[in-house]
Amino acid sequence: MEEIKNPVMDIIAEANRSATSGIDAKDIKDWITISIMGRAYKVPADLTILAAMEYAGYKFVRGVGCRQGFCGACATVFRKKGEYKLQTGMACGTRAEDGMHLAQIPFTPAEKASYDLTKEPYSASVLIKYYPEVARCVSCNTCTKACPQDLEVMDYVQAALRGDFELLATDSFDCIQCGLCALRCPSEIVQYHVAQLGRRLYGYYGLGVPEHLKKRVEEIEKGRYAKALDTVIAFSNDELRKQYVGRDIEPEQ
Amino acid sequence: MSDAKDFAFTLTGLRIPYFPGCTLKTTAQNFESSAVAAARALGIELVELPRWNCCGTVFSLAADDLIHHVASIRNLIRVQEMNRQGLVDGENRMVTLCSMCYNTMKRANLRVRQNAEDIKKINDLMYREEDYQGNVRVIHFLELLREIGMGKVKRAVKKDLAGLKVAPYYGCMILRPKEASIDDPEAPTVLGEVLRALGTDVVVTPYNKVCCGSYQTVHDKDAVAGLAYDILGHARKSGAEAIATTCPLCAFNLDNRQKEVAEKHPDFEHMPVFYITQLMALAFGVDQGVLRFDQNYVDPVPLLKKHSLLDK
Amino acid sequence: MVKKMIISSENEEFMRKIIELSGEIVTMCDQCGTCSGGCPMVGEMDITPSQLMRLAQLGVSDVLDSRTIWVCASCFTCTVRCPRGLDVSKVAEAMRQIILRQAIDRIDIRAIPKEELEKLPQIAMVSACRKFTS
Repeated sequence: MEEIKNPVMDIIAEANRSATSGIDAKDIKDWITISIMGRAYKVPADLTILAAMEYAGYKFVRGVGCRQGFCGACATVFRKKGEYKLQTGMACGTRAEDGMHLAQIPFTPAEKASYDLTKEPYSASVLIKYYPEVARCVSCNTCTKACPQDLEVMDYVQAALRGDFELLATDSFDCIQCGLCALRCPSEIVQYHVAQLGRRLYGYYGLGVPEHLKKRVEEIEKGRYAKALDTVIAFSNDELRKQYVGRDIEPEQ
Repeated sequence: MSDAKDFAFTLTGLRIPYFPGCTLKTTAQNFESSAVAAARALGIELVELPRWNCCGTVFSLAADDLIHHVASIRNLIRVQEMNRQGLVDGENRMVTLCSMCYNTMKRANLRVRQNAEDIKKINDLMYREEDYQGNVRVIHFLELLREIGMGKVKRAVKKDLAGLKVAPYYGCMILRPKEASIDDPEAPTVLGEVLRALGTDVVVTPYNKVCCGSYQTVHDKDAVAGLAYDILGHARKSGAEAIATTCPLCAFNLDNRQKEVAEKHPDFEHMPVFYITQLMALAFGVDQGVLRFDQNYVDPVPLLKKHSLLDK
Repeated sequence: MVKKMIISSENEEFMRKIIELSGEIVTMCDQCGTCSGGCPMVGEMDITPSQLMRLAQLGVSDVLDSRTIWVCASCFTCTVRCPRGLDVSKVAEAMRQIILRQAIDRIDIRAIPKEELEKLPQIAMVSACRKFTS
């Protein structure tokens, strides 16, 4: 197949290279101005919000993780130039745009309930018992609008309220626990904690233990992997790194 | 959903969008299971909204508060979607069983239908949903029964409930305020009409529309137990053996709070509290598995056995 | 004993606030007492619904400290019976809203005993949260 040349991608690649590989600023062609927590910064165009903030001098110790949109650590809120809507996203996966106002939301304070799944009934009352604020949901749908994973958050909170564990578990399955829903919720619900409890109850009571897992646990208990594990434990750091880098990776679906 | 269309009765019967509400999926499953079965015996298919959220209860009474009506209106949009998707055929009514859900959505609908600016603002707040056109009508299951006629209800009875003395209890939400009332707010008869069609002895008590204390049950159960004592006590004095209602909150306050009533009043005699649909399902002779008396706090089985109304 | 009260601009402002939030012209109340006579919760109240209406007319903001506004169960018995067509439940709601909108909750839902939370119907929790928390 003939390779399609996209000049825009070249420009993005060039800008990224400039920002991250120490190329002199005079060689960067395109610049934008963004406002980080109320202060204007000139940064190379076409960076992610995370890279743009780092270019501007911010150093992240917490509030950053995989840098690939999976871990949910670098939650961000922003308004684009001339728009009133407050938008949300992952700083590592959202492109900075000229005139954007932004700030990082590294964490949404929330208490996680402590429970023993095996001692709870499989009933909606468990969710109300540990998170009674679920009943405060007014179905405004702000959480759904805030979700960077595009989940139907309000629908799963409502499913939690009425004890529909299957819908709760499936609708919340791709949650990365970034906390943006909880931050935006006018009813102060911590959606992702509720969903986690719901998924655990659904997994434990609703689905039961799958056959392949039972089989694998038996194998482990019989010592089938003991020798392989001993070998890995005995590796030097260098050997371990080499094995890790050279491992088989599942192909992209 | 498509399987449901195959039922023979739907060829002649009515398929109507149905909003269950959260309580009918949890502590009042007996209300839903008995109602769905009873409706089916009457040729009515209650087609549950495919996606629904809280009705928005309680209806917000503040003049400047629109956000709390969003929940109600989103459910009404789902009825529009159901019609477009062919899940129902030109049926713009949405039926509820729960009195609280009925009242909340009925009033929210009335409010926005009377005010174009309200509809516009609420539509603006929606996300992926289509706009609400203002054409859906919220009705209560009892209104549906009145529409098909008590004669039809009576004809569906396989085994009448003769001898069972039941006091209808209306509560507030299907009677008040006037614009949301399904009956005369001061002298309602609809529950009595249904009970009469089922063959029960209808006991009318002056407390049949006195509030049960509603959500005060969360933080002031003594006050609620006091009201329950009055309501149940007057029903007993008037000769009733049981109460019939359509509200899962009234049912909780009158049924479960009998524990607190009995603690306060040692001479108190427990009284079963039925959902009207449980009595309908019983009289219609449908599979008694739908009655789900396990969810009733005061066990009605001894009373029904006394009148030889149970299979086993 | 005759009590004399001077209506200040604060009183008037409070009365107007109640009218704005409730949508009810509280000055129309004739003080006939029908609302109090029919109220199922009146026994639990510190002032009667008609007294609440009178304080709203006079713009006495102390009414916000009354138990009555929280004891009202919004059963709408007064609403259907008021000969002046007023809705006392909306007036009580306006008063609750003034407090709730200052982020002052009436109940702490986390303080409800766990065994109660396990059995309370969803509808009770949802409506109590709506009425008693901001």
